[in-house]
Amino acid sequence: MPSHTRDAEGAAPLIELAEYSFQYRAQSEPTLHDIDLTVRRGEKIAIVGASGSGKSTLISAINGLIPHHHRGTTHGTVRVGGQDPATVPLVSTASVVGTVLQDSNSQFVGLTVAEDVAFSLENQQVPHDEMPARIAQAASLAGIGDRLDASPQDLSGGQKQRVAIAGVLVDDVEVLLLDEPLANLDPAAGRATVELLDDLHRERGTTIVIVEHRLEDVLHRDVDRIVLMADGRIIADAPPDDLLASGLLEEHGIRPPLHVAALRHAGEPVTAAQRPSRSADIDLTSAQIAAVRTWVDAGTHGPGSPTTDGSTPGPAPGSGEPGAPGTVSTPAEAPHAPLALDLHAVRCEVPVGPARTAVLLEGITASVRRGEMIGVLGSNGAGKSTLARVICGAEALSGGKVLIGGVDAHGWSVTERGKRVGFVLQEPGQMISQPQVTDEIALGLRAQGLEAEEISRRTTVVLEACGLTPFRTWPVSALSHGQKKRVTIASVLALEPEVLILDEPTAGQDFAHYSEFMGFLRTLNATGTTVVLITHDMHLAVEHTERVLVLSAGRLLADADPAVVLTDPELTRRADLVTTGLYDLARRCDIADPHALVHRFVQADRADQADSEACR
Amino acid sequence: MSTPVLGYIDRPGPLHALSGVSKLVLALGVVLGAMIGFDVRYLAVVAAGSIALWGLSRVRLRDLALVLWLIAIFATLNNIGIFLFAPGYGTELFGTRHVLVAGPWHWDVTAEQLFYQLTVTLKYVAVLPSVLLFVATTRPPEFASSLARIGVPYRFAYAISLALRYIPDVQREFRTISLAQQARGLDISRAVGLRTRARNLGSTLMPLLMGTFDRIESISAAMELRGFGRGPGRTWLVRRALRPPDVLVMLAAGLLVAAPIVLLGVNGGRFWNPFG
Amino acid sequence: MIRSHSPVTQVVAIGIGAALFFVLGRFAAIPTPIPNTSINIQYAVLAVFAVLYGPLVGALAGVIGHLLIDMTGYGIWISWELASGAFGLVVGLLMLRNLIAEGEFPRAVAVRFILAILLANAVAWLLIAPLGDVLFYSEPAGKVWAQGALAFAANSVTACVLGTIILSVYARTRTRTGSLSHDQ
Repeated sequence: MPSHTRDAEGAAPLIELAEYSFQYRAQSEPTLHDIDLTVRRGEKIAIVGASGSGKSTLISAINGLIPHHHRGTTHGTVRVGGQDPATVPLVSTASVVGTVLQDSNSQFVGLTVAEDVAFSLENQQVPHDEMPARIAQAASLAGIGDRLDASPQDLSGGQKQRVAIAGVLVDDVEVLLLDEPLANLDPAAGRATVELLDDLHRERGTTIVIVEHRLEDVLHRDVDRIVLMADGRIIADAPPDDLLASGLLEEHGIRPPLHVAALRHAGEPVTAAQRPSRSADIDLTSAQIAAVRTWVDAGTHGPGSPTTDGSTPGPAPGSGEPGAPGTVSTPAEAPHAPLALDLHAVRCEVPVGPARTAVLLEGITASVRRGEMIGVLGSNGAGKSTLARVICGAEALSGGKVLIGGVDAHGWSVTERGKRVGFVLQEPGQMISQPQVTDEIALGLRAQGLEAEEISRRTTVVLEACGLTPFRTWPVSALSHGQKKRVTIASVLALEPEVLILDEPTAGQDFAHYSEFMGFLRTLNATGTTVVLITHDMHLAVEHTERVLVLSAGRLLADADPAVVLTDPELTRRADLVTTGLYDLARRCDIADPHALVHRFVQADRADQADSEACR
Repeated sequence: MSTPVLGYIDRPGPLHALSGVSKLVLALGVVLGAMIGFDVRYLAVVAAGSIALWGLSRVRLRDLALVLWLIAIFATLNNIGIFLFAPGYGTELFGTRHVLVAGPWHWDVTAEQLFYQLTVTLKYVAVLPSVLLFVATTRPPEFASSLARIGVPYRFAYAISLALRYIPDVQREFRTISLAQQARGLDISRAVGLRTRARNLGSTLMPLLMGTFDRIESISAAMELRGFGRGPGRTWLVRRALRPPDVLVMLAAGLLVAAPIVLLGVNGGRFWNPFG
Repeated sequence: MIRSHSPVTQVVAIGIGAALFFVLGRFAAIPTPIPNTSINIQYAVLAVFAVLYGPLVGALAGVIGHLLIDMTGYGIWISWELASGAFGLVVGLLMLRNLIAEGEFPRAVAVRFILAILLANAVAWLLIAPLGDVLFYSEPAGKVWAQGALAFAANSVTACVLGTIILSVYARTRTRTGSLSHDQ
């Protein structure tokens, strides 16, 4: 395996794994094989890999949770700060390596920020008087110093993560080890985290190890090396520029930054020499610029327009201003299709404590036609979930109307709405209550008191539609995350709703699972199910929906073609979203309509995926 | 999100300024004392004290309306229950029988019974609000450190802190899950029969529990990584130094427990008997 | 193999168990016509915690959870809070050394679980709660015994039915040591 440590000969290795293998007690095969990894003081590295590649297990091997918390057999050696984590107490490893877990809610155990940051100090019996100064220092390093009295319920996901970082920095750790720090954050918060880590690295000299599969977001700031994992092995350990140019990422289920993928589609792949990490400062060659322009032109005039109904996407090419900020432009839609959902001036105001209320939604007017697949975009707290809750009847309207299938849903119970509007939660674990697949799907049907024959007919239909027929007699616990997700969708589809609302359907999934799952949703949509995706992932919306509603602070900012939204910096800024590298690429190639590039990219990407599925 | 009936009320008053430890000791003193004591004079003093403290703590009547209402219902129902089941209990206790109103069967209203039930009601008024007062005037982070300071092992004290920390999370999770299950037709509201409701509750509990078990694993991993349980002791960020008023309050708590014990001897029994 | 939980995991289980007990007791109780008594599904969950995490966790999660319910309601009533703790303790003690977390929940264990619940409920609601009421609060025996009997009946039924369902589903989701392989 190549090991290009950017020269740090003098620096002592802080973390060293040699020929390390690990097998969990409940597994029949090792999860990690022959891992050789060295992290030196002052380095900043990213460990990437698809789910199941062993990333999380590697974290446990480094921070000592193996063998102190997880049992199993190990081979080879691990040294953290010169010591074997297995032979010293967990806390002495933790005093070198501070771990920030993926689920910031589990790591936040205190009742206030200050208390949580103090947690480790309290456990070390640091005298009461010494604590406040150390807390204040750690909290301000992590950028949360102004919220010391806040309780976890008052903080956003990004802020809770900062508390977790402060909680380990308070111990003067040398290494920060972060497990998928971006998985639960919206893009803007994710960027802020990446920037914070970079500041800590540069200003405090903290060694940083980020384990993540959202590579484009990680590369928003420089890293020294990227370690690519697959099937429990290290496939590559190289500077980012080399790895991006190598094509290894795509091979192992990691999505490269979009501009890198676009250049590959255009037939002029990046080279390591042109520093391809970031779309804003890659050294584009004139050949590449020309290739991109030709490639985009070929797409605009070629066959197979990106929207499924064949209508022209957004403004015509060359029409200038791509979606002026705040414009609400309704793209052409099949006018004959009846409305599945129709919202009129929806307003939602909820009490938040004694004699105080908050307006979560205000003046939302929008509609969804039958057979559409649309996205509801916005950062966390923009009102996306509230909108779904209002439609499902969990939250009462304080103004306006919600029409479901053309009928005013006022006064309908959650259950009555559930027959028309299926709601699928983010975590399949939040919905599954039966041990067996068919029982789970039949649960809602039995509750409706349907005949056994009808239940079995509908179960068969949705099992087939969701590709679950081979697993129908399986215990749910034996299924993968993606399959469980399909089970929850099948169980909702069995109720034959007109609209399917999915909350963050791909959060935390790697690229391969993401593509497979979204392909499945498109098939469902093609066979007549109306789909509403709630997401903060701009690119998901671009790739898979024809129209997005952009929410910010409870208001509707835009109702437009996602490519138009994606390439509109003013609108994305206002909605706290993030433009992807495609926008920069279009700008730098002097393409008048950035969304034309985006459409071309989606088209090429889909063709690629279709090919790879055909190969399988 | 519905808030607990009564939580910390942030409106600094004399009780707010006391250390959590002394307030905890006071609350325990009231509870213990009123548990032991059945002398109506003692209970009247404690009840009056409880009400006075409510006033002192600047907790408004409006904050309390719901709680007072609950206590009133509790006391009324209990009183009715006692009278229905044991209308002669007062006579049994005091050995005399002065019938005031003759009722059907054994439900005669006697002076002894009324006196006994008055004692019981005073006891509710003395005991029930004391802990509420502690809750209303002490910041939750101070609960655990106060308990640890009166000798509760820190691991258990911290368990209480964890419970307070995760109640809102568990509540949100429970609501999300039951919403999703209701949308699938698994109703757990009053609209359906008891049996269906129980079965549907099972379908709501299962995902909640499975998620909870996972959560316990990850929280305990996170806490171990941050050194929880490493030593025999632990310091607490949130605590207040004891000042003279705190000492006075704790002395008062001691008196509250001592008084009924003394009265046991004086009265020659738990009750003060005005009939004998 | 009997799984033993680290002390830290036990502390967390007590805290989260109490939080769960509180939330279910506060928001999912089914009231009955008898005062101060309702059908409480939280006891099924408490029993499950006692089985999976041991008697100490069962006892403390019960006491703390019940204390929190009462502390934010009408105030504390020691005898019934102790009874909740006793319930968790007894179920935990009688169910020591089970293999449910390893995926084994045979009929014999289910029967033992039901017997444990019945006995624990008897200790809690027919012994400790009424006795405490009589001793601490000098309530008439007839009244507290009627309350206790109702609590015994209601809690026994809900805890047996829901608890058994939960444990059997839970056991089926657990995999036996060395039995998982990658299904790719």
